[in-house]
Amino acid sequence: MIGGLFIYNHKGEVLISRVYRDDIGRNAVDAFRVNVIHARQQVRSPVTNIARTSFFHVKRSNIWLAAVTKQNVNAAMVFEFLYKMCDVMAAYFGKISEENIKNNFVLIYELLDEILDFGYPQNSETGALKTFITQQGIKSQLTKEEQSQITSQVTGQIGWRREGIKYRRNELFLDVLESVNLLMSPQGQVLSAHVSGRVVMKSYLSGMPECKFGMNDKIVIEKQGKGTADETGKSGKQSIAIDDCTFHQCVRLSKFDSERSISFIPPDGEFELMRYRTTKDIILPFRVIPLVREVGRTKLEVKVVIKSNFKPSLLAQKIEVRIPTPLNTSGVQVICMKGKAKYKASENAIVWKIKRMAGMKESQISAEIELLPTNDKKKWARPPISMNFEVPFAPSGLKVRYLKVFEPKLNYSDHDVIKWVRYIGRSGIYETRC
Amino acid sequence: MMSKLRPQSSATNPGTNMTDSKYFTTTKKGEIFELKAELNSDKKEKKKEAVKKVIASMTVGKDVSALFPDVVNCMQTDNLELKKLVYLYLMNYAKSQPDMAIMAVNTFVKDCEDPNPLIRALAVRTMGCIRVDKITEYLCEPLRKCLKDEDPYVRKTAAVCVAKLHDINAQLVEDQGFLDTLKDLISDSNPMVVANAVAALSEIAESHPSSNLLDLNPQSINKLLTALNECTEWGQIFILDCLANYMPKDDREAQSICERVTPRLSHANSAVVLSAVKVLMKFMEMLSKDLDYYSTLLKKLAPPLVTLLSAEPELQYVALRNINLIVQKRPEILKHEMKVFFVKYNDPIYVKLEKLDIMIRLASQANIAQVLAELKEYATEVDVDFVRKAVRAIGRCAIKVEQSAERCVSTLLDLIQTKVNYVVQEAIVVIKDIFRKYPNKYESVIATLCENLDSLDEPEARAAMIWIVGEYAERIDNADELLESFLEGFHDESTQVQLQLLTAIVKLFLKKPTETQELVQQVLSLATQDSDNPDLRDRGYIYWRLLSTDPVAAKEVVLAEKPLISEETDLIEPTLLDELICYIGTLASVYHKPPSAFVEGSRGVVHKSLPPRTGSSESAESPETAPTGAPPSEQPAVIPAQGDLLGDLLNLDLGPPVSGPPLTTAPVQMGAVDLLGGGLDSLMGGANFAAPPAGTMPANLGAPLGGGLGDLFDLAGGVGTLSGSYVAPKAVWLPAMKAKGLEISGTFSRQVGSISMDLLLTNKALQVMSDFAIQFNRNSFGLAPAAPLQVHAPLSPNQTVEISLPLNTVGSVMKMDPLNNLQVAVKNNIDVFYFSTLYPLHILFVEDGKMERQMFLATWKDIPNENEAQFQIKDCPLNAEAVSSKLQGSNIFTIAKRNVEGQDMLYQSLKLTNGIWVLAELRVQPGNPTFTLSLKCRAPEVSQHVYQAYETILKN
Repeated sequence: MIGGLFIYNHKGEVLISRVYRDDIGRNAVDAFRVNVIHARQQVRSPVTNIARTSFFHVKRSNIWLAAVTKQNVNAAMVFEFLYKMCDVMAAYFGKISEENIKNNFVLIYELLDEILDFGYPQNSETGALKTFITQQGIKSQLTKEEQSQITSQVTGQIGWRREGIKYRRNELFLDVLESVNLLMSPQGQVLSAHVSGRVVMKSYLSGMPECKFGMNDKIVIEKQGKGTADETGKSGKQSIAIDDCTFHQCVRLSKFDSERSISFIPPDGEFELMRYRTTKDIILPFRVIPLVREVGRTKLEVKVVIKSNFKPSLLAQKIEVRIPTPLNTSGVQVICMKGKAKYKASENAIVWKIKRMAGMKESQISAEIELLPTNDKKKWARPPISMNFEVPFAPSGLKVRYLKVFEPKLNYSDHDVIKWVRYIGRSGIYETRC
Repeated sequence: MMSKLRPQSSATNPGTNMTDSKYFTTTKKGEIFELKAELNSDKKEKKKEAVKKVIASMTVGKDVSALFPDVVNCMQTDNLELKKLVYLYLMNYAKSQPDMAIMAVNTFVKDCEDPNPLIRALAVRTMGCIRVDKITEYLCEPLRKCLKDEDPYVRKTAAVCVAKLHDINAQLVEDQGFLDTLKDLISDSNPMVVANAVAALSEIAESHPSSNLLDLNPQSINKLLTALNECTEWGQIFILDCLANYMPKDDREAQSICERVTPRLSHANSAVVLSAVKVLMKFMEMLSKDLDYYSTLLKKLAPPLVTLLSAEPELQYVALRNINLIVQKRPEILKHEMKVFFVKYNDPIYVKLEKLDIMIRLASQANIAQVLAELKEYATEVDVDFVRKAVRAIGRCAIKVEQSAERCVSTLLDLIQTKVNYVVQEAIVVIKDIFRKYPNKYESVIATLCENLDSLDEPEARAAMIWIVGEYAERIDNADELLESFLEGFHDESTQVQLQLLTAIVKLFLKKPTETQELVQQVLSLATQDSDNPDLRDRGYIYWRLLSTDPVAAKEVVLAEKPLISEETDLIEPTLLDELICYIGTLASVYHKPPSAFVEGSRGVVHKSLPPRTGSSESAESPETAPTGAPPSEQPAVIPAQGDLLGDLLNLDLGPPVSGPPLTTAPVQMGAVDLLGGGLDSLMGGANFAAPPAGTMPANLGAPLGGGLGDLFDLAGGVGTLSGSYVAPKAVWLPAMKAKGLEISGTFSRQVGSISMDLLLTNKALQVMSDFAIQFNRNSFGLAPAAPLQVHAPLSPNQTVEISLPLNTVGSVMKMDPLNNLQVAVKNNIDVFYFSTLYPLHILFVEDGKMERQMFLATWKDIPNENEAQFQIKDCPLNAEAVSSKLQGSNIFTIAKRNVEGQDMLYQSLKLTNGIWVLAELRVQPGNPTFTLSLKCRAPEVSQHVYQAYETILKN
């Protein structure tokens, strides 16, 4: 199990150090600093073995979090724990920065004592933790009921939600957030494309509500459509094939496995209900057509066309096209029909930004790149042209069909809950080779 | 309710409030003194501030142990935050101040009785972290109470505390009966208590490999599977990792567990997913491939593995290392998922390198075009390591997928044209391999390669180029000039290049003797006279002698046809792979090494305490006269898990040699003299001389020199004719070709209760072998060496040694297919070698295998008829008496004999070392050489092998 946990600033100074196991000596802190943080070479692995001691690290901005062990631990668990640790800290005091860590070091020690016992991760749901770890500490004069409520929540089956939550207005928000990834050949052939999506829910519901979430999952639709042949044809088109999905721990997995229904009691506030991945019938919101011509040894001509490929009534936003330029670029002239384009020498790229663009439109940029003559034999690697954008639909085609809420003890019904659904599609790694 | 104050954030309170960061400010002289005063202040707030300062100093590594009494004085408080801070301090310094730590005991004991469960838990949690003997004594009572506390939060904390205490004082935990209490907690009503109890027990069990602490059985498994649905993500990981250690009794149970584990594949936590994958991969082994469920399961495994690749990069890395293993074990799972392993421009380098590895493993005729296009892209990237690996991957594709070879070669040529130094060198190294795989196909590119001769500065690339020039000397007009140019700086080259150059010039000479006589003499004298490298000298001498005695033979040897190189060169060795599959998700799977290679501690210690027993053949006496041959039942405590030993074998450099008395120098010298003197001639003149590929592959010089193979069988005939079970003649288990010159033949025998493995080790290499050790993989009956492999003196070339290795049956058990399969690893100073052999089942028939008549009758009736198996033993001309006595010699006992209608019915029983009884009815008809054998056994899978044992015994 985890033998110790250290947090360092970018210089390698220790901000937090908590040792759980006797086999971790005091020199372990320094070993990591010397061999990893101060190492001259770029980090080649997130797991480092120094003198039979293994170090796992993640970085958040310029803060290093390292878990250390001498045993054959579950490596995936250690990383999941480190991410969770970051989430918990962020939920308590915001951004993970040196200043915030120093300001809250007592709190962090208290958290580390609670969520990791002898190196075994314990309940680390912020919803539960916040009921009894506050910076003020709990007063010992809590009533007996309050105490047992805390402990039963921390250890209970529904560790992510406490009882007795009350809202005047029962409301929930669903965000379908997708990131669409593409790798396209210069000739316009899709080399790989997938959507990784998340359904994020913000729930402000009273009591212990039972929720059931439904979407246009092909398997479910086909199962239901069996009765009415008529409908199968109609809804079949609208359903999507989900390659795989994972759920927040509140979702009853065995029920999903047997009935493919998604039922759960949600945590209070915001959480990620599910993640999914699709690879079939993806709507690619943009197509990039590159044309690069080398004119002699000192000049490049670049022309890039982008085409938007969705309903004309919808608007894409925050469009950015990044065209890489060679390292020996001396000057760039750009002409674009729409938006603004600039050559950024420090980033070795032409960055073309367009604020908004409707569907079924097309725009173009052309640039002349002057090169300095070099004697570098190696040809320029031509990194791919990448794109960023945001569109108000789900590129996978996912649709939320329903989210039903039942609360058996309190007297509000599904109809009384105000529900909001929003779809946002963003570019993930959206690249076209040139 | 409690007050919920927002924690201070620098963004919201820029410097207006007092924040904790002030405690980190640099310290001045006399600070300790100041702190002391503050700690003893009457004001609560001031006290707390002071303790915070102390903790901050502690964090940055300052020694504040001098404040121990003052801090401990602050412990008695009803302010929980202050209490926690003091506890934190105590955990850090108690060990260095054990006497003063005692001062804290009272408060702990009191806190364990506190009405607030949070405080009770805090106290027991902290107390377990204080590693001071005197405190530990006081911990027992409170811990006992807390384990039975009414509050689940306290119980789950107490469960972990047992593991802590065990780490400090294992004996105490056992004496106090905490282990039993912990076992009871597995049935607790609260899922988190169950999870922590499982975690604690698993860890404790790891340090007692033999104890059956977890005692997994269908009932407890069912409890765990139920808790799995209810506990936290971390608890699910503990439970799944524990489940993976369970061995289902049959395929039906395996399937039902798999069915209940598969829903976990949809969990958001990657570690839960990987641990579930581990359970499924392991239990799948037990399922029949014809089963519908088997293919369903295979299909279900792919999507979650792919999804892991959209996790954060560090987790992707862990996932990829594991996928690498899974792809080797079961390639069918991900064979259609090549695209997801394409490298993304922004992937961290460690993810890129791993993806590349998997791409090559998945490359096939169906997807090779895409893969090649990708690899070509990668070869133009920035990171040198990545580019090199990509180039190498192109070569490996060529070797793996024959249809693509031509395209690969032309891609490599394109890359050579880029003139990027490291790309060119890498390309030449792989092209050499392509030549070896497809001889006489792509040699037209040699001219292009020769153009780049000057730019090669890495030994591997130079050696590869030299090999190419030597191998194709007849096609390269100026081969002699090229090689001569390398010769100038001969002594500055690395050994690899020197050896290759020597061989290449000899090849050249044999092909074009007229023009190159001078050159060959030059290189031979450089190698033999001016070099102090023994390998180089040896090779030089061998060539010299070869060339001077028999040039025709030299040609046959040096220019012999080379074996084709295999497709997959970097596969993980199968037994290691199987072991690593059991460690999916853990560090071992990330390092691709068994845990013993990087974990020290209790497991290693167990290994070292193996009883030093002499392993010669004399030890095969009766248990009474040989005091070392303790009954097997007493041994489990000192036999470590097989995995560890295997790991140590693989990790040769780390430990001292396992066996053998100190080396005597005499044989070594003898061997050396022999090598340079007459021995060389006799070697070369041997009738069975097989042309060694040594001339072409530098690393293999000392390798296969077959000879005297026939003698082995004669030698074996004389052994093992003493009374006791039938002993088969020795057979070659490990041919010298496969083991760098070490040949092993052997057989199994059983004499008066002791099983032994009779081995004949022959050194057919040119170098002395020493440091022998042996290890078995887990097997169906737990066969394991009872003593180290004792080879008393190093084994000189051409020397043979006979060893009888005593075995016991108390090793780890794993069902093998076939049942009597035994996988063995043998180590010597050169390498580790693996082979597997089948042992005859009758070595496992024990001496007290005679069943009472009544018992026999009852048992025969009791065993269901479907467990009965019938076999025919043909061509056996013995009568009933002879059969009976012959079988008795091998511990098959005749209990009753009956004559029915002129047939003799023999009722027999035998017992296996693991307590399985086999009952037999043997029908012998006078004058008919065919017998009918009916076997009944509760474990019907052994019947087939028992029948084979009958056959072997009766026919020999």
